[in-house]
Amino acid sequence: MSDWTLFEVFVRSKHGLNHKHVGSVHAADASMALENARELYTRRNEGVSLWVVPSAAITASAPDEKEPLFDPSNDKIYRHASFYELPAEVGHM
Amino acid sequence: MYAQLVETGVKRLKSLDEMEPQERAFQERIDAEIKIEAKNWMPDAYRQTLIRQISQHAHSEIVGMLPEGNWVTRAPSLKRKLQLMAKIQDEAGHGLYLYSAMETLGADRDEEIAKMHNGKAKYSSIFNYPTLSWADMGAVGWLVDGAAIVNQVVLQRTSYGPYSRAMVRICKEESFHQRQGYQMLLTMMQEGTQAQKDMVQDSINRLWWPSLMMFGPSDEHSPNSAQSMAWKIKRQSNDELRQRFVDQTVPQLELLGCTAPDPDLKWNEERGHYDFGEIQWDEFYEVLKGNGPCNQERVSKRRNAIESGAWVREAAVAYARKQQLKRDVA
Repeated sequence: MSDWTLFEVFVRSKHGLNHKHVGSVHAADASMALENARELYTRRNEGVSLWVVPSAAITASAPDEKEPLFDPSNDKIYRHASFYELPAEVGHM
Repeated sequence: MYAQLVETGVKRLKSLDEMEPQERAFQERIDAEIKIEAKNWMPDAYRQTLIRQISQHAHSEIVGMLPEGNWVTRAPSLKRKLQLMAKIQDEAGHGLYLYSAMETLGADRDEEIAKMHNGKAKYSSIFNYPTLSWADMGAVGWLVDGAAIVNQVVLQRTSYGPYSRAMVRICKEESFHQRQGYQMLLTMMQEGTQAQKDMVQDSINRLWWPSLMMFGPSDEHSPNSAQSMAWKIKRQSNDELRQRFVDQTVPQLELLGCTAPDPDLKWNEERGHYDFGEIQWDEFYEVLKGNGPCNQERVSKRRNAIESGAWVREAAVAYARKQQLKRDVA
């Protein structure tokens, strides 16, 4: 079975929420992957929608790039709402 | 435990000072309770230990379907039959979650399954015992899945991310297994005939000790534990988990109105735990070695399932190819 395509499975748990990665399945093609994912990941009302994506189609950031990739955002504290101090009389904003 | 006696290949624990910078960074990450993910650097021994443990765990789920499958066609009512089939399907699902987690480490599913078929990889000793009566379906759910839960709840905090997440999913489903098993036994004990009550007690007599063996060898005979604990693959010792299982199970046993086949089982006020008798370790090691009552039957059934299913997999590939061709033409 290892020679079948590996698909990553994403489930939308409720209407209005994002699809979330839950795991993977092997399948001969996408429609079989969908059926396998249905049996494997949504036996108990876990979702209202499923995506299956060939694992090979996913481009991921490398773990050793974590610092150059994400660290610069720490310098930009002015991007957060809490950076801007306002007088109490403004109330909730 | 669904994984017993997992080799780490490590003879002695290294201190942080003895490690190369890469390994030290890895160990510090683990010490800080940060999960290791598939693409992170990890020592080869950590990777190999995890592959052995997760594959053994997955094989246990898959082989674990067989003792229960034995009773599907003979369930006493449609309701019980549906419950049993749902439970068996869950076991298959658990095996698949775990094989997926194992594959993230670069292991090949077919190769690991072949290792189980040729005796190189183990699965839990418990599944080499036969299920002789319908009451065994209740006792397996209550005791075997109960012991598995004690072990798996702790494994939710294991250091490898994909394994930990598989455990979270599995634990959610296991509690259904244990409750349905216990409720089945309770019904037999409260509403059953004398023969049915005797059947429950007989089942407990046979499965009690094998369930305690699921947690693996005692701590003093568990040479791989220190490294597995340092890597936080394992979070608690075999004996600690076994004690927790006994402590939580005895009151349930009493509520059933049954007894355990252990004359030494009694509450120890001083320790705040139940004392229990010595496990027959010879039997444990024999079963693990492949000499249990059902080892050969279990493995040959699995091998047969894979081999006889080959044409289905081939047909699925042929069908997928044909559908693709049709789409390409259109």
